[in-house]
Amino acid sequence: MAKATLGGMEIEIDEDGFIQEPEKWNESVAEDLAKTEDASPMGGDHWKLVNYLRDYYIKFEIAPPIRMLCKKTGFDLKHIYQLFPSGPAKGACKVAGLPKPTGCV
Amino acid sequence: MGKETPMADELEKGPWPSFIKEIKRAAEKHPSANDLLKVVERSYKDKVTHWKHGGIVGVTGYGGGVIGRYSDVPEEFPSVAAFHTFRVNHPSGWFYTTKKLRQICDVWEKYGSGLTNFHGSTGDIILLGSPTENLQPCFDALSGIGFDLGGSGSVLRTPTGCVGPARCEWSCIDTLNVIYDLTMEFQDELHRPRWPYKFKIKASGCPNDCVAAIARADFTIIGTWRDSLRIDQDAVREYAEGGLNVEKLVVGKCPTGALEWDEKARELKLKPQDCVRCMHCINKMPKAVRPGLDHGATILIGGKAPILKGANLSWVLIPFIKLEPPYTEIKDLLLKIWDWWDEHGRTRERVAELIQRLGLKTFLRAVGIKPVPQMVNQPRANPYVFF
Repeated sequence: MAKATLGGMEIEIDEDGFIQEPEKWNESVAEDLAKTEDASPMGGDHWKLVNYLRDYYIKFEIAPPIRMLCKKTGFDLKHIYQLFPSGPAKGACKVAGLPKPTGCV
Repeated sequence: MGKETPMADELEKGPWPSFIKEIKRAAEKHPSANDLLKVVERSYKDKVTHWKHGGIVGVTGYGGGVIGRYSDVPEEFPSVAAFHTFRVNHPSGWFYTTKKLRQICDVWEKYGSGLTNFHGSTGDIILLGSPTENLQPCFDALSGIGFDLGGSGSVLRTPTGCVGPARCEWSCIDTLNVIYDLTMEFQDELHRPRWPYKFKIKASGCPNDCVAAIARADFTIIGTWRDSLRIDQDAVREYAEGGLNVEKLVVGKCPTGALEWDEKARELKLKPQDCVRCMHCINKMPKAVRPGLDHGATILIGGKAPILKGANLSWVLIPFIKLEPPYTEIKDLLLKIWDWWDEHGRTRERVAELIQRLGLKTFLRAVGIKPVPQMVNQPRANPYVFF
């Protein structure tokens, strides 16, 4: 497994750049991950989204459905793609340090 | 190479096309195709796939359209360590100029393995095998020649329809136009996943249903007619005189007994109220029987392959609707269906499964459609067995 320097630490990442050691996540790790996702520098809206994802994940151990994400943050999907151009799953979840969302092709 | 891949080589035998032959042709130009061939052989030997499950890759602004493929033995086959798949939205009816086809191939030779699949079962053009770093430049190049990505993941999948009025005399609706129009209208739904799972729209011009829309789409549009069959009695007599057993093969096979053969008058009689528009008599005597002239579509809901629950054929939601641009009623209905499904659906629950879970009554109330007798929930349970 590859390693990357994020927030001044060596952290294991998978082939899509998702961190494999969630306990090492902190705000500077997120800032560095955001650079890989074209979402840097992170502003208030970025953090609102990332914090919601983290809170939900810590509580339910799964990423929230997109509809809930939009409702709870008050952001429409278009705005989420403006914040994270690769989308909520690939972009926002990665920055939030969540495991890679699984899905069907 | 033959000695290295004996099992894959078996698939070159026989008179039919062979994907192994094509991989070998591509391997002359691309190292990744060469590694792909070896991976195929290795998988046959190990009896297990060597592609990992999952993987999230994409291009800027899109949540779907590229499917991540990673090898689980990248050190052995470095050229296919990442071998992602593009779905490219096909034109309605799959019409291309040779110039466009060449342009697609040129882009794909440059950024990918050169291997294509025209077309995948989704209807899209499938471009097989690109490394991660080439995804964005390849997408940019495809955009440059006028192509866009199709759907993948929990999105509206690329709408698809039969070739319709472009080549077929039975088509009761302009499948090409409705598919193009819906594709353009719902770009956001197509590219940015937001739903519990996938949603498919397919349109067939007549009940022969050449794209199997009834079995393969959540939202099925099938062309039909409201008036009665047009019968040319002279042409029917010609069929009879030519040796066709009209009584046995046409009348006897009419599923609802809507036809009668008057042997004395040598005339085919129709009870229009009993005709279910199955197309059988038309297919048997295409010169003598034709669809009526008052064209429109039947809208059906719920077709799917088994995932959470078993396979479904779509069932009738709207028995007849005129299908004319700008298709406002269809679009409004789709938006209502999506809103209800997105609000209540569980992860990976298709719309049919949600309707089964919460009840057809609840669904109809949510989308504002009154129940009618034509809404037979399960016309037949198994799509693999035909009459």
